[in-house]
Amino acid sequence: MEQLIKKLKGMVHLRAYRKQRDDLHFIMVDKPQLEMILAHLKNNEGFTHLAFLQAVDLIEDGKFQLTYMLYNYSTSVNLGVNVLIDRDDAEMNSIHKLWAHGWQYQRELHELYGIDFPGSPRVEESFVLEGWEEMPPMRRDFDTLEYSDKTFYQRPGRSTNDPAEYMKEKMYKNYPPSPGIRRDDE
Amino acid sequence: MNKKHINEIEDQMKLANEGLPEKERGLFADARPTTVDAFNKYYEGFLNWARSRSLWMLAFGTGCGATELRPLMTSRYDMSRYGIAPRPTPRQASVFIIGGYASIKTIKRIVRSYEQMQGPKYVIALGSCTINGGMYFDSYNTINRLDYYIPVDVYIAGCMPRPEALIAGFNRLKEKIRAGECEGMNEYAEKFDWFKKNQKQIIKNWNMPDYNW
Repeated sequence: MEQLIKKLKGMVHLRAYRKQRDDLHFIMVDKPQLEMILAHLKNNEGFTHLAFLQAVDLIEDGKFQLTYMLYNYSTSVNLGVNVLIDRDDAEMNSIHKLWAHGWQYQRELHELYGIDFPGSPRVEESFVLEGWEEMPPMRRDFDTLEYSDKTFYQRPGRSTNDPAEYMKEKMYKNYPPSPGIRRDDE
Repeated sequence: MNKKHINEIEDQMKLANEGLPEKERGLFADARPTTVDAFNKYYEGFLNWARSRSLWMLAFGTGCGATELRPLMTSRYDMSRYGIAPRPTPRQASVFIIGGYASIKTIKRIVRSYEQMQGPKYVIALGSCTINGGMYFDSYNTINRLDYYIPVDVYIAGCMPRPEALIAGFNRLKEKIRAGECEGMNEYAEKFDWFKKNQKQIIKNWNMPDYNW
């Protein structure tokens, strides 16, 4: 794997590399070089399988992070190729010519995140939301509770408890407070 | 009231089927559902007794609650002991079990299936999601209250309710049928416009007849 990373570094500008497990690695590349590097990984390095394509909404940076998760059957290694794209005019090159099933992921991302993939077949068709008129619901600035209150009818009498407070009250009253786990400890 | 006047009113009562293309409107019914009156007390009582003992349920798993129907059908809980049998099509079924959350895409199919079922027909709403949204109360895609879209006879609370709870729900439904209280079908016919208004409010691409008979 280290040899491959070294080789890729010679080919393209690798913005980041992270090894999560022995069989799970992530690299981040620039947007224009993505298609080239995916084709190289598929044709020459044995990463023949596209496991999934997903998006993460990094609203603080104004970016979407797309992850193309590839799998190598002969070495059993997963390689995630990340790329950052602009959030406001979200547009990405289609990969349906490399992996034929890529169009389905792109159709899903187009509907749920509003990312456009020009040239991808049937990308405008609705995927799970039929007749959706609002902004794409998986964007983090979409307020689902507000939309739900506005659209669906609430039954009165519903109450909500904070799970931590409720369990402390009901179950752990006689125990000293635990220090808890902070994110930094991990 | 003369005959012409009556004809005019009847024309106004016809369903518009506006979701369909112009050339297909003639292919579908434009009649509204009508209420069905009960027979005399003793004959209706006998019919209700018979109905309560052969409940045929529509095997349409609309949500995760359909998982609980498998142990109910098979030998562990064996619902055929109670005279309940699964049927593959809405035309043959008399009980519709809504299994948990109903997304907007599913509620369109639920409405269609419910309207195609022949009367008398009953609805069991399974799980907390059908009562007040459950854990999906703030979701953009699942409804909160099922009884705004189709009439419900029995609710079974829980997330998920066990098959024992389902059997208790079926027994409660049987009691209600024998007492002549399951009038969901008539309620649907009486409040048809209100149900349609609620349904069309969430189903934005209404491309089916207004009443799928």
